[in-house]
Amino acid sequence: MSRRVRLALFAFAGPGLLAVLLIGLHGLPAFGHYRNVYGLLVDKVEPGLRHATDIVTALNFDIRAFDTLGEEFILFASVAGVAVLLRHLRGEEEAEQARGIEDHRFAGASPSLQLTSLILIPLLFALGAYLLLHGQLTPGGGFQAGVVLAAGPLAILLAGRYFALKRMAPESALELVESVGAGGYALIGLGGLIFATVYLKNFLPVGHQGTILSAGMMPINSIAVGLEVAGAFLVTWTEFFDQALIVER
Amino acid sequence: MTAIQLAALIVIAVGGTVVVLTPEALRQVLALGIYGFGLALLFFSFQAPDVALSEIVVSAVGLPVILLASLRRIREQERSRGREEGGPERQ
Repeated sequence: MSRRVRLALFAFAGPGLLAVLLIGLHGLPAFGHYRNVYGLLVDKVEPGLRHATDIVTALNFDIRAFDTLGEEFILFASVAGVAVLLRHLRGEEEAEQARGIEDHRFAGASPSLQLTSLILIPLLFALGAYLLLHGQLTPGGGFQAGVVLAAGPLAILLAGRYFALKRMAPESALELVESVGAGGYALIGLGGLIFATVYLKNFLPVGHQGTILSAGMMPINSIAVGLEVAGAFLVTWTEFFDQALIVER
Repeated sequence: MTAIQLAALIVIAVGGTVVVLTPEALRQVLALGIYGFGLALLFFSFQAPDVALSEIVVSAVGLPVILLASLRRIREQERSRGREEGGPERQ
């Protein structure tokens, strides 16, 4: 499409989009005015019903537990797609050849960067573990904990030690973690089907509000999702780094 | 609207424009990372700490890392292609 045709198209479509946007913005409620009943209702019902204090986690793992199942498998499928595509591009022989390289080209990371990474790694793991176990109490939960946990090993790469990372977390182990997380969530739901007659319905005691062992199966769901997300991110990153760092020979 | 919310909104408006108008890919990735951080600040100031937490890692770490790896791969390929054709080596 030539520049002139594109400009003509924009001259036609641009004002239309602007008009629709303006009409839409005009219909919005005023800033800070919440008009939805759903949020208020969930806020009222969920603390009493499941003893959770973080309503976002309660939504994800209780009220909309089935949505979360779908989202989890969307992530799982897309990571599998990335892995299949990139491994096909790479080819197995090239990976065999690359085994001789000791460390990648950024190995000359400065001492200050290495020290920063060293400090970051335990902090990220601690934060990730905290978010994973306190999902039903404070902001956090499976997905957030998963991405923070995955960022921990990434700091090893920052320190210029990609192959140390590969040794510590080989791809087969990452895939296992991801699959256990995704499968675990589906299996926990099966517990609901057996003990509470509805798939993914809570079947565990709700415990004492405000403690780690409360809110029924939310903590277990959170751990399953955390494993899945951490595995998914690390598999994706590893695939991309293999492309960028190993196949250069 | 509080001052923090207003500041975060302005940071996002400016940051997004900077990302779009940055010509060079490498700088654009860095701008995108900083923009993501501003977005996390925005979510936090609008009382969505859950979203802010994921946003920090995804857009300040996760996405730039993937983009940087891809950029490196593309340059590698361009360089080897330039070598095959006998042309001047690109940086």
